[in-house]
Amino acid sequence: MPFVSDRRLRWALNAGVLIYLVLAWLSVDVNWARVSEGMERGLNFIASFLQPDFVSRSGEIFLGLRESLTMTLTSTVIGVALSIPIGLGAARNIAPLPVYLFCRLIIALSRTFQEIIIAIFFVAMVGFGPLAGVITLAFATVGFMAKLLAEDIEDARPDQMEAVRATGASWLQWINYAVQPQVMPRLIGLSLYRLDINFRESAVIGIVGAGGIGATLNTSINRYDYDTSAAILLLVILIVLASEYFSGYVRKWVQ
Amino acid sequence: MLELKQLSKRYATGDLALNGVDLEVPAGQVLALIGPSGAGKSTLIRCINRLVEPISGTVMLDGEKLSGLRGGKLRLARRQIGMIFQSYALVERLSVMENVLSGRLGYIGFWRSLLRKYDSADIKQACELLDRVGLLSMLDKRGDALSGGQKQRVGIARALMQQPKLLLVDEPTASLDPKTSRQIMRLIVELCREQNLAVIINIHDVALAQQFVDRVVGLAAGEVVFDGRPDELTEETLTLIYGEEDWSTDAEDGEHGEDEESGDESETGDPLNNIAKGAHP
Repeated sequence: MPFVSDRRLRWALNAGVLIYLVLAWLSVDVNWARVSEGMERGLNFIASFLQPDFVSRSGEIFLGLRESLTMTLTSTVIGVALSIPIGLGAARNIAPLPVYLFCRLIIALSRTFQEIIIAIFFVAMVGFGPLAGVITLAFATVGFMAKLLAEDIEDARPDQMEAVRATGASWLQWINYAVQPQVMPRLIGLSLYRLDINFRESAVIGIVGAGGIGATLNTSINRYDYDTSAAILLLVILIVLASEYFSGYVRKWVQ
Repeated sequence: MLELKQLSKRYATGDLALNGVDLEVPAGQVLALIGPSGAGKSTLIRCINRLVEPISGTVMLDGEKLSGLRGGKLRLARRQIGMIFQSYALVERLSVMENVLSGRLGYIGFWRSLLRKYDSADIKQACELLDRVGLLSMLDKRGDALSGGQKQRVGIARALMQQPKLLLVDEPTASLDPKTSRQIMRLIVELCREQNLAVIINIHDVALAQQFVDRVVGLAAGEVVFDGRPDELTEETLTLIYGEEDWSTDAEDGEHGEDEESGDESETGDPLNNIAKGAHP
């Protein structure tokens, strides 16, 4: 049974979509000369991956990576620490409505803006360098972690929570005994995942001046040192892979 | 000891779960609360320890009014009331010992409970209770490693760990096989008689209840329709409580029959969902 039952209407719709696609395609204005020129640069960039240069800028690369890793760890720790109270407040089954709305507002704010936009804002506020990067990543971490933590708390088993409440536990004891055991594995897993994301993001926000390996990468691209850029990207990929493997291992262990 | 006066509860959905219930339970009495699914049994016992907030009426425990208590006072009231659940409600990622010790949360401060620094007297009591329910060897197992009957035994130990005056028991056997059900009922009743506790047991299984309790209260549509000794339950009173049915067929067949499986969700589900949506007061 077709979705549109009338045969003529169905054909008319199909023809309409086809005509629209042709017209839309014709309206796209492509400068083919520029494409062929750019294609060559693109190929150069890809070709340099075959011979990445780790050596000639090794000092800068090392400093950049170290800065990025420092930013990553610091921002993840700060972000996770802040996201726990906000995540508790944003879980409807444990927080009163005003607290819930306030925490959801913080989460929505943090998730609305892409990291780059936040980074530009903080670079303007505290100046170039890794401090802006750390604040940016910590802010983005709060939105991500608090939202997912709150959702996990909302999915927690109500009977276990009820049982601990019935013993006369205070609110904090209740969180510690009934909620924390249920959400801890996911909290640890998400923190490690966020560590990954923050490292990758630190390479991106460096381009707008927030420090780290991104700054080094940006400099090398501006100098047409594509072989150095390639070396940096390969190292980033390697570190991301390593942390992926590591976090998978830890996640299995905390189940 | 426990005194309910004109207790009523209406859920936000508009369902009137309790309609002016009056009930008095003296210390040491084992009372079975029977009634069809949705009669308000779960709501009634949850209104006593205020996991569910009644809309009107009062609850008095040993002369103290529990209705309207908040914060620390509510906490002190709750720790005198132990509770046992149909779904066992153990915190599955905590160890058996931690689950039993969580019965002391109303007595100790946050930091000590966070660091699991319990009094040696508490630990001794926990070991004695676990020994009593036959699970001393399991004390460092995780909650989710136990079978249903074992979980319920830990649940009993946790409730008694509170050294309660009153025990609220919500369908303790509905998820268990007939043999384990009898063992669990016997254990609850024995322990309570030893400590002279007042007990309210919500139970579907009328025959099982009759064997163990001192008094039966029948609830239908949120109102008490029967209150008497277990041997006073007749076909007429069962019809009054549960509605029309041929009660003369072999009781052994009916014992673990339909009412156990079918409607359970609708009854226990409703208050739990409401609790899940509500905040910690």
